[in-house]
Amino acid sequence: MHEANTIDVIKKLQVCREYQGVSKIDGPLVVVKKTHSIGYRELVECTDAAGNVRLGMVLDTSDEAVVVQIFEGTHGLTMPETRLRFRGEPLTLGVSEAMLGRVFDGLGRPIDGGPKPRAREQLDVNGLPVNPVAREYPRDFIQTGISVIDGMNTLIRGQKLPIFSGNGLPHNELAAQIARQAKIKGGKTDFAVVFAAMGVKHDVARFFIRSFEETNSLDNVALFLSLADDPSIERIITPRAALTLAEYLAYTKGMHVLVIMTDMANYCESLREISTLRGEIPSRKGYPGYLYSDLAELYERSGMIRGLPGSITQLPILTMPNDDISHPIPDLTGYITEGQIVFDRDMHGRGIYPPVAGLPSLSRLMKDGIGKDMTREDHPHLASQLFAAYSYVKDVKNLASVIGEEELTPLDKQYLEFGEFFERQFVNQRTDEDRSIEDTLNLGWEALRKLPPEELHRVTDEELETWYMGEGNL
Amino acid sequence: MDKRIIGTIQRINGPVITASGITDARMFELVYVSDDLLVGEVIKLSGSSAVIQVYEDTTGLKPGSPIYGSGMPLSLALGPGLIGSIYDGIQRPLEVLRAYSGHFIKRGIAAKALASDKKWHFVPAVQKGIDLHGGAIIGTVQETSRIVHKIIVSPDISGRLLSIVPEGDYSVEEPIAVIENSQQKKEITMTQYWPIRIPRPVRARRALEIPLITGQRVIDTLFPLAKGGTVAIPGGFGTGKTMTQHAIAKWCDADIIVYIGCGERGNEMTDVLTEFPKLVDPRSGKSLMERTILIANTSNMPVSAREASIYTGVTMAEYFRDQGYHVAVMADSTSRWAEALRELSGRMEEMPAEEGFPAYLATRIAEFYERAGYMDTLSGTEGSVSIIGAVSPPGGDFSEPVTQHTRRFVRCFWGLDRNLANARHYPAISWLDSYSEYLEDISAWWKNSVAESWADDRREIMDLLRRETRLLQVVKLVGPDALPDSQRFILDVCDLFKTAFLQQNAFDDIDRYSTPQKQYNMLKVILTYWQRGSSAIKRGVSLVELKRMKVVQEIIKMKYTIKDDNPQEFTKLIAALERGIERLESMYA
Repeated sequence: MHEANTIDVIKKLQVCREYQGVSKIDGPLVVVKKTHSIGYRELVECTDAAGNVRLGMVLDTSDEAVVVQIFEGTHGLTMPETRLRFRGEPLTLGVSEAMLGRVFDGLGRPIDGGPKPRAREQLDVNGLPVNPVAREYPRDFIQTGISVIDGMNTLIRGQKLPIFSGNGLPHNELAAQIARQAKIKGGKTDFAVVFAAMGVKHDVARFFIRSFEETNSLDNVALFLSLADDPSIERIITPRAALTLAEYLAYTKGMHVLVIMTDMANYCESLREISTLRGEIPSRKGYPGYLYSDLAELYERSGMIRGLPGSITQLPILTMPNDDISHPIPDLTGYITEGQIVFDRDMHGRGIYPPVAGLPSLSRLMKDGIGKDMTREDHPHLASQLFAAYSYVKDVKNLASVIGEEELTPLDKQYLEFGEFFERQFVNQRTDEDRSIEDTLNLGWEALRKLPPEELHRVTDEELETWYMGEGNL
Repeated sequence: MDKRIIGTIQRINGPVITASGITDARMFELVYVSDDLLVGEVIKLSGSSAVIQVYEDTTGLKPGSPIYGSGMPLSLALGPGLIGSIYDGIQRPLEVLRAYSGHFIKRGIAAKALASDKKWHFVPAVQKGIDLHGGAIIGTVQETSRIVHKIIVSPDISGRLLSIVPEGDYSVEEPIAVIENSQQKKEITMTQYWPIRIPRPVRARRALEIPLITGQRVIDTLFPLAKGGTVAIPGGFGTGKTMTQHAIAKWCDADIIVYIGCGERGNEMTDVLTEFPKLVDPRSGKSLMERTILIANTSNMPVSAREASIYTGVTMAEYFRDQGYHVAVMADSTSRWAEALRELSGRMEEMPAEEGFPAYLATRIAEFYERAGYMDTLSGTEGSVSIIGAVSPPGGDFSEPVTQHTRRFVRCFWGLDRNLANARHYPAISWLDSYSEYLEDISAWWKNSVAESWADDRREIMDLLRRETRLLQVVKLVGPDALPDSQRFILDVCDLFKTAFLQQNAFDDIDRYSTPQKQYNMLKVILTYWQRGSSAIKRGVSLVELKRMKVVQEIIKMKYTIKDDNPQEFTKLIAALERGIERLESMYA
């Protein structure tokens, strides 16, 4: 900054857009008064006394004062020496295919030591809502090789299916396993993976990187890392930057993109932090009233578009605070996403992997993606029957805990046996075990064979004939 | 558009902007903000400033930009071309927007709600020289193969008909008639405009006596809804609110369906858009899309347009009601609408009441549901608007404000139960929490149209369900074996009733819809099993033997095997049941 060079000259020319001295600094928020008219959500460059540049965004603008949120935090800023430059455009991300195989920070700047990838397009990270009539209804089955997902909560290409987990449960293992094993039945379509880490620990990021390395798929992965020790405000942008790249890859480049976002709970914490600082009226548990709309802005950026080849499948991970599924974060997520995979601490304690709770888990798009010509004709009824029977197992277990297992009727004992087989053989599998959909379904019938046929109301007589009595039994 | 500047932007906070230098803005006036012409509505006036909610994303708006007034409140264009269309919350046709801006919705696009180039075949129904009152029918247009669109005079216009065009093809913008009132001549077209927040006038409200048949057994038989009635469907996520709404939209016997996707998933609207045109209405044999209007304001679309979408939908419904149709409005979900109110209220820094919701939440909910009803319309016909509102209580907790306030203003309540949904018992409508206040009003219809004893039979099965609940509490403590066969039989019959009757498979070609007659026959079969079975148990027949009868399996599958047009199959089934029980009884005689 000592010598006057061309850049300085240009900067001086733009002086009307740059302000030195702010009137208030409060947490990540900076207030500046008496400016020219500044646009809502405009991008801001904030330069501190030492000349370091941080990025920010306009949160509130009026003819008197402008509130700017600084993504990298306000640590070390001074009131008189802070300079703010208003860029006159929203935050954009330069995107290109060359971003696959690279690691970025939470705002999309490379941190792997490599050069900045040349941008093909500059896109607004906030995206635009997809016109509902332009959407293609997702119905392509993705085989994850995990029985409890493929058989009971089928993942569909273009779906948003979150994992509701808790601290200490193997959600990262499951997400990594899905990313490794996901394939379209019959086809060999590979997925590009966009990974957004929000406030997770370094080890978690390392776990994912290693998992991608082991399968030599790192070249197909773009990572956006805003780790636990990065400023929390940055996390507001991280998933948006990741989804902006995903949209470019899917809709411009025609790729099938799997977006893994972890941990959504941390994202919501950051939103709450900002909302509280701005003195907004809170709704439940201090979260802002617009949490639903804000989450929807992220989750709705998935799906397929009519006439375009690509797709975005989202696998958000969130840890339920205190394992409480009615907490606002999982609750609002469940209202937006197309189902949920819910983890159960008790099953984890019993050594079952993946510890997916059978009953609260659900895939809403499953109904149109399974059955004849997609998975197998017996799949819809089989899944429904397994759910019904497993639900009864829970009743029997409750009863057994009161009157003792010996007092159960013979039929109820058969149900217990079914439940045991279902959890130990059907749900439980190794982290590197990749089961075909046929294996999964046959295993389901094997479980049902623990029950007498007249108990199976949800399957047809023909299905009983073929699969219960028939070839699966050989 | 008239370029009347009514003020300039002072402050922008999300979808809410404050304007200063206001000259002659009116409350609820439609305005255009900045030179991008974003659509907005004046919601507060104070001195020379105004608060405006903007129906589009406000990114990039700057203080100092002008605001243009339109001189009229936010209104809908009503006329031929509505049916089969999909609109956003402020009646912008989404198909047209797609042609303008591609796969994503960009800002500041103006599009006509009704296509102006399309010609409709208009048939006049009146002759010139007569006196017309507001709401009178002056002609018809065959809009779809099943809907005759009646062209009515806007309720606020009346006078002498000076001229009317002959039968022929006209667009919605061409004048078709001239009406003279106190020396003023007014040309009218097939389009009329009506503000979304004002209910359309009617001649009189009627009592609700006819059920809205949905084809869903748990609804029609246990908790029926009347035509012109209101119902709330509350349920946590994944309990099947949307599935229930879709099932009703597909199979109910309304003439027209207005489906409002308010703050919900984009793919759900796509599902309706791809599925409805393929489905055939069992009554008319026509495609379901030929009676459906969709309002889609998905969760990621601007929040203030979400607030408006509910009113947009119900105003369209009232317009068709005024033509003498029975309209069903599906609002999915009213909680998202309430949350939009909360967000806007918060941005305006209003004092919150419960859980951050504004204090006027209850008033707004009441105003919305009161727009339902069975009416004598101004055109001299009868029509109805029924409102079926989904509620999404946080955490599935029915004690939250939106559910509680909604309960005060609806007369029918279909509570969805998480445990039923988890067991994949669909529709997961709880028989313990739900109720219908229309029961008495519509019993007469069932009595006259289906069966004399309907009300008694329904009461009998409800009574069994209640007894089952009590018994289950005992079973929880001591196990079912401790009960005598006569009481275990109650559990058994209720299980059968749940499996064979209450559960209904929306994806099965036969089971997805049951006529009232079939519903009654199925109920009768199960009650026969109960009545005959319990007397057999008294005579010493064991429960195990009863359950082992082959006919029981046939009863379980009757919903899939017996078609609507085959009532004699039920007679056979009952006969087989009687024979089976008689055989058992004879062994103990």
